[in-house]
Amino acid sequence: MQVIDAKGIYYRDLNQKVREAVAKGEKEVLLKNVNGQYYIGDGLNGESTITIEGVPGNDLAAFMDGPTLIVKDNAQDNISNTMNSGKVIIHGNAGDVLGYGMRGGKLHIRGNVGYRVGIHMKGYKKQAPVIIAGGKAGDFFGEYMAGGILILLNLDGEKDSRPTVGDYAGTGMHGGVIFIRGEVDKKLCGAEVGITDPDEEDIKLLKEHLTDYCKDFNLNIDEIMKGSFKKLTPASLRPYGNLYAY
Amino acid sequence: MSHNFHKDISGCGLAGIINKDGKRISGSSISKSLCLMNDRGNGLGAGYAAYGIYPEYKELYAFHIMYDEPACQRDTEEYLKKNYRIEKKEPMPTAPVESITISPMIWRYFVKPLSEKAERDAADLRDDDFVVRTVMKINSEIGGAYVFSSGKNMGAFKGVGMPGEIARFFRIEEYEGYIWTGHTRFPTNTPGWWGGAHPFTLLDWSIVHNGEISSYGINKRYLEMYGYKLTLLTDTEVVTYLFDLLVRKHGLDVLTACTALASPFWKNIDDLQEDEKNAMTALRMVYASALMNGPFSILFGHSKGLVGFNDRIKLRPLVAATKGKTVYMASEESAIREICPSPEKIWAPRAGEPVIAELEG
Amino acid sequence: MFKSLAVPEFLAKIDQIKCIKCKRCIQNCGWSVYAWGGDKVLIDTFKCVKCLRCYHYCPEEAITIEDNPVKYRSNANWGFYNIRNIKRQAETGGIPLTGMGSDMPYPVLFDSLLIDACQVTNPSIDPLREPMELRTYLGKKPAKLEFENGPDGKPKLKTKMPPQIKLEAPFIFAPMSYGSISLNAQKTIAIAAKELGIVMNTGEGGLHEDIYPYRSNIIVQVASGRFGVNPDYLNAGVAVEIKIGQGAKPGIGGHLPGEKIPLDIAKTRMIPVGTDAISPAPQHDIYSIEDLRQLIFAIKEATNYTKPVSVKIAAVHNVAAIASGIVRAGADIVYIDGFRGGTGAAPSIIRDHLGIPIEHALAAVDERLRQEGIRNEASIIAAGGIRSCADAAKAIALGADAVALATSALITMGCTVCGKCYTGNCSWGITTQRPELTVRLDPEVYAERLINLIHAWSHELKEILGALGVNAIESLRGSRERLRGIGLDSQTLDILGVKPVGR
Ligand code: SF4
Ligand code: SF4
Repeated sequence: MQVIDAKGIYYRDLNQKVREAVAKGEKEVLLKNVNGQYYIGDGLNGESTITIEGVPGNDLAAFMDGPTLIVKDNAQDNISNTMNSGKVIIHGNAGDVLGYGMRGGKLHIRGNVGYRVGIHMKGYKKQAPVIIAGGKAGDFFGEYMAGGILILLNLDGEKDSRPTVGDYAGTGMHGGVIFIRGEVDKKLCGAEVGITDPDEEDIKLLKEHLTDYCKDFNLNIDEIMKGSFKKLTPASLRPYGNLYAY
Repeated sequence: MSHNFHKDISGCGLAGIINKDGKRISGSSISKSLCLMNDRGNGLGAGYAAYGIYPEYKELYAFHIMYDEPACQRDTEEYLKKNYRIEKKEPMPTAPVESITISPMIWRYFVKPLSEKAERDAADLRDDDFVVRTVMKINSEIGGAYVFSSGKNMGAFKGVGMPGEIARFFRIEEYEGYIWTGHTRFPTNTPGWWGGAHPFTLLDWSIVHNGEISSYGINKRYLEMYGYKLTLLTDTEVVTYLFDLLVRKHGLDVLTACTALASPFWKNIDDLQEDEKNAMTALRMVYASALMNGPFSILFGHSKGLVGFNDRIKLRPLVAATKGKTVYMASEESAIREICPSPEKIWAPRAGEPVIAELEG
Repeated sequence: MFKSLAVPEFLAKIDQIKCIKCKRCIQNCGWSVYAWGGDKVLIDTFKCVKCLRCYHYCPEEAITIEDNPVKYRSNANWGFYNIRNIKRQAETGGIPLTGMGSDMPYPVLFDSLLIDACQVTNPSIDPLREPMELRTYLGKKPAKLEFENGPDGKPKLKTKMPPQIKLEAPFIFAPMSYGSISLNAQKTIAIAAKELGIVMNTGEGGLHEDIYPYRSNIIVQVASGRFGVNPDYLNAGVAVEIKIGQGAKPGIGGHLPGEKIPLDIAKTRMIPVGTDAISPAPQHDIYSIEDLRQLIFAIKEATNYTKPVSVKIAAVHNVAAIASGIVRAGADIVYIDGFRGGTGAAPSIIRDHLGIPIEHALAAVDERLRQEGIRNEASIIAAGGIRSCADAAKAIALGADAVALATSALITMGCTVCGKCYTGNCSWGITTQRPELTVRLDPEVYAERLINLIHAWSHELKEILGALGVNAIESLRGSRERLRGIGLDSQTLDILGVKPVGR
């Protein structure tokens, strides 16, 4: 395990050190005293696990292809931007625009997430990106979603009056699936979204992904599965077929 | 010609601190917080606003003025002398900073309007209105002179440079304030003009702002209808004047003003109870041209508090945190953590939902 | 002997091989171009106006309508219409009439304005996935509001709001009276207005009982003829409009000849059957601005201040000062009709040569009201030549609160802008009262097409807002910064308050 003290280090130097460690074949890297450094894990491949203490800056795990990033605290915006594979685990909350155009891999967040989470996530060939958030989400959850799986759990219940998912959920959704634990108000969903109860297959799928999630955060899968889920899917693959004149 | 202007475009990072108990702290914290977001700026502008820094002159307006050359100073002071009692006048204390090679002449004045002077008699103006008029007059009519701060017991410090450089230049660690805001800027053109940096202030209002207001065109024309002269052609100027109009002149409370500027959607208004629905519907109708549309997050400082808010679909980031009597706001959580490693509460406000922190008592 | 020395404009031709002699063309033509000759269809091409009704109804596509190649010798100075009008005037001694808006090639400034779009510094917004608001309220707005705390701690409005017209999109249907258009055409528009959450305008011909069910989507008009006006009428709709003038014929009254006043129209206009319905050129109780004020408040009294009062004027040289006077006289809405606006009937001398375009007028009025600090006192409706959503968007950016459509609405009903509305023979059943023609226009069917049009324009408008990076129409309204003029001289740019492209 290589330990890097990030205190006061500019992101370019820090990320250079991380890249060097990974290139050397280091499997475990610990970044201490991180605060605000951008692009950690950006474009990185391989199998390493990088643990981050502190709040990493924006564009964490952008274009990442393979490694595992574990953030012990909160994280900021634009995590897993166009990520290809690997895993990001965030023990705190995370910000806006998570998983933009994400094509594969997993993003597990223990806490709340901001606006536009899972925006334009897509599945490709065998890849299906997964984002699971344990808290609540802001508006535009799963906007333009084209593939993959988004799961929102609201594990901490009614801490405030906000609904589990914000307004315009799944707006423009044309692929993939969203599961939300608890009830979903149709008024908060985009026009393109259909709300159903998950079937047996879905429950199996959910359990599979959530088991992995629970391992990351030491949670009890059975407790979580006790809650009921709603499934959001696109009502049509081509929601705007009638928009254009001949 | 009011339509023939070139608008200034920029992106940015911002930070703010308020001690609700009025405890004054040095400017070094805000500078430290801001420096963490250096990558949100490009060295073409940074600045700070601080409240509570001139307790010994707190009844007087503190004018911070930049001059391109001595002639501008002469003209300006001539005007000031005619209309104000100048209690104190001095060059702005600065320190040499290696990377800052050119700077305007910067002076500060502590003044009080002379009530009996002709300029004032014409219109029955209150002190504040008269100061606003003075600022507009100097900024639009005396070329090369620019008033960048005009409030009481507060001041703005800004220029072309990175946040750390500007902080050192103005020696802001030597000031103590109960509210601080700061800004680092990423302008997409290269004006290299000190006045163009944030914060933008008018009287006690100070604004730092991140993003781009796409409704600038109509916001500007709306303000012009109420006599504001928009000389800077920046969004920040527009925001400041909008607050001035809505809060100071129209008497709206800060929350209502923020609601007008980043209003809820009709779909949500239609769902409200009758009274609130009528209130919101009227607010949107009447302040339609004041609606700030497009991506922004803003910190709005005034002598009694600090307000942070962002646009109605949250296209720009804003994070807020509390610890004890202190409230922090910034573009990024890490900027807060840099000066407050373990806040009691840290959250991202929702779209259009202002965080309002006011002095106690 | 010749029929007329005025050469026909069009040649109607039937391909006799394709023709199956079904005689549909004969039935369909409102102008009697076709007649049955015993073994084939005969054509009187002098009567053809190229409305294309026959073309669309011929099952065999046997009909072509061509521009007559035998016009006159081409001459850049003496155009076809100059010569033809002289011939017609020589033959009749009368004033040539026209219908629809001017077809003269005056510059259309809408076509010289380009709209901005966002790149990098501010994001465009996806109008399909994110909220995009077109709702518009027309009426006087106070300059500021006062609130008090309600019992629930929520803000409660203290200021009393003046009455407003709520529109779900910034489009309204322009005034077209029953008489100038058929009842079915009016019904078509009423159905569409209601469905769309916008408003139509009765025009000056009164309110037919069949239109009553749509009253919450109707503006009633009071013009110089005062047809059908009584207290019930004033209170029937959501607003009252005083018509001073019309873009196509500023300063000119109206004249619906007695033979076009059958029972139903007579009833609606509250005049005897068969009498001429004359709208005097001015309102004879308005010879000055203070008289206008008197009428505005007479109407406000009669409606107990519950309806916004709109004043419709033609765009003329001094329009900015006039509009300012109208606002100061207490109007809640100023409706400005540009000189390219449509009409049922107008002398071509007036239609083609009097007034100014809506673009200039609108820009001047909006700017003037702002300079005087009274822009909030009234909403502005721009009309007279809105051909597309692009025109509408540009008008809104210049300062209009809403735009009014007439010709474009009629086009959805089949109108081909042939310009012969004044003949009363419209084959599409729009600008005619001949029962055999008006039955062709099924309101339910055609309303659907009109609704489609407004939906399409609304989508287009949202696309424009999205590209501009704003999500509410009020952020485009008056935002001239988002317009640029292409190929315009600096004075015109100045009047429009827009910069040239490249700046
Ligand atoms: S409608 Fe066509 S097919 Fe029928 S008679 Fe006329 S030209 Fe012939
Ligand atoms: S309404 Fe009828 S007569 Fe008038 S232009 Fe249209 S088609 Fe021709």
